[in-house]
Amino acid sequence: MTAVSTSGPAYPAASSQLRRLALPLPWLATAALPLFLPGYEPLATQILVMIVFALSLDLLVGYAGIVTLGHAGLFGMGAYTAGILSVYGITDPLLTAGCAMLVAAATGLVFGWAMLRTKDLTLLMLTMASAFLLYEIANKATWLTGGEDGLQGVNFSSLFGTFAFDFRGITAFYYSLAVLFVVFLAVRALIASPFGWSLRGIRENSARMAAIGCPILKRRVIVYVISAALAGLAGALQAQATQFVALYSLSFELSGNILIMLILGGSGRLYGAFIGVPAFMFAQDLLAKQDPANWFLGLGIILIVLVMLAPGGILGIAERVMAAIRRRRGAA
Amino acid sequence: METATLETRGLNKSFGSVPVITDVDFVLRPGERRALIGPNGAGKTTFVNLLTGNLRPTSGRVLLDDHDITELDEARRIRQGIGRTFQITSLFPMLTVRENVFLAVSECEGIAGNLFRSALRHRPQIERTDELIRRVGLSDVANTHAQLLPYGRQRLLEIAIALALRPKILLLDEPAAGIPTADSHVVLDILATLPKDIAVLLIDHDMDLVFRFAQQITVMVQGSIFAQGSPREIAADPRVREVYLGDSKHGLAAAS
Repeated sequence: MTAVSTSGPAYPAASSQLRRLALPLPWLATAALPLFLPGYEPLATQILVMIVFALSLDLLVGYAGIVTLGHAGLFGMGAYTAGILSVYGITDPLLTAGCAMLVAAATGLVFGWAMLRTKDLTLLMLTMASAFLLYEIANKATWLTGGEDGLQGVNFSSLFGTFAFDFRGITAFYYSLAVLFVVFLAVRALIASPFGWSLRGIRENSARMAAIGCPILKRRVIVYVISAALAGLAGALQAQATQFVALYSLSFELSGNILIMLILGGSGRLYGAFIGVPAFMFAQDLLAKQDPANWFLGLGIILIVLVMLAPGGILGIAERVMAAIRRRRGAA
Repeated sequence: METATLETRGLNKSFGSVPVITDVDFVLRPGERRALIGPNGAGKTTFVNLLTGNLRPTSGRVLLDDHDITELDEARRIRQGIGRTFQITSLFPMLTVRENVFLAVSECEGIAGNLFRSALRHRPQIERTDELIRRVGLSDVANTHAQLLPYGRQRLLEIAIALALRPKILLLDEPAAGIPTADSHVVLDILATLPKDIAVLLIDHDMDLVFRFAQQITVMVQGSIFAQGSPREIAADPRVREVYLGDSKHGLAAAS
């Protein structure tokens, strides 16, 4: 990480204008995807949902320095809230998504308030425990959640009363893309705000932040609640797109996977989620084809190499290459 | 600019059974320029930590304008105007100079909880940040990560952060430590630009700096106040020479 820090004005004006023009391109390209890759909408939706989830995690891991292995607990709370509401007849997608956010945020408030007094390894263990707790509750409460069989009878009505969730998954795809875009804008605004800067201060040196008068626990709880709401939103999207909720949505495996996806792309970089999620899914697909039984081994090796050699993830590597090019140009 | 008087009464601090600060009565008045000196291990940094709330005294009281603040924590005391720099540099290493100072400015001005507007659009706070950076002479490195600065300039950044919190009382724990002697005048220049009604307590081993800066000097030995007086009086005090200044005659020579 230390090697990539650069000095001087970050970006010259011309390049920043170019960046502004280039920003909508990936979004437009993604929106055109159903034209070029028909049949891949469900997979693409899955990726979009996971990017929302990874973005929510990046707020904690990358910006506030709160490493959690229990983020699926909040994702799952959102998924089950939306799913269960639909089973009981409240089927509007936006309404149930809103409820999912509220329930996840409330869960985040309770757990965050209790856990965030601790840090490092203790906090990591507590985050894990919090998700295990929720998983076991969902596992046992079969009358409500369906337990291991998953939640049956999930069914959402049309979006805005117009766009039904179709068999091809086109509605789900555009719905997820729109939600991702809004979440992206919100997270980008948040990290640029004084609040976002103070999170990085807490991550860098929390003792010093206390010494300049920052209420650290309060800030950490607030970001945890925001992150929980976004994770819950991702969970609700998942439930709506697949019309199903499985116990996996609360599992330790998902907590681990989403953390791997984020680190793979590069945490604390906003775009890390956009790179890491597809990279992970691609690697998963490729490795599983090679060796369906042991593909986790391959993933583990890739991850070890990446963490050892490039702690900034894929984006970290890209930043270093760019910095080297800029230096060479500066020298020439 | 508001002013304040900082006072201790019968202050004691022991670590286990080892007394570090014994019965210290001390007053720092508005606008005062005082230095605290003493041999290594005399308890100077412990004393500062008691003033800032980093440590709680074993007994005795700390008063700010006659209000008992002994039980207040560090953050509360900062809001009441007690600022400090650290003997061991404590910055945000991976953040830029500007971000470092802005964090302090935004906490001080109560906008740090703002979620919705970009930090850079908080014009008055950004302007004050840049003004503070200019004052300590770091404008040329405003966008450099703090950890990439040479140690001496990190010390200057420390001072900028302390000033950002609008202190009424400023406690400087060895601000010039690690700054090459030839450049310690930079610290002196910055101290000279401080508003006149801020009270400043300076702890430093650089006798040249101490004697040029201070109007009053307090000498601490083994956790107690050993002598107090003007630089001239302290320099002339044979007991002080004996316990502390014996090997720093060059510093005294410069002062007298």
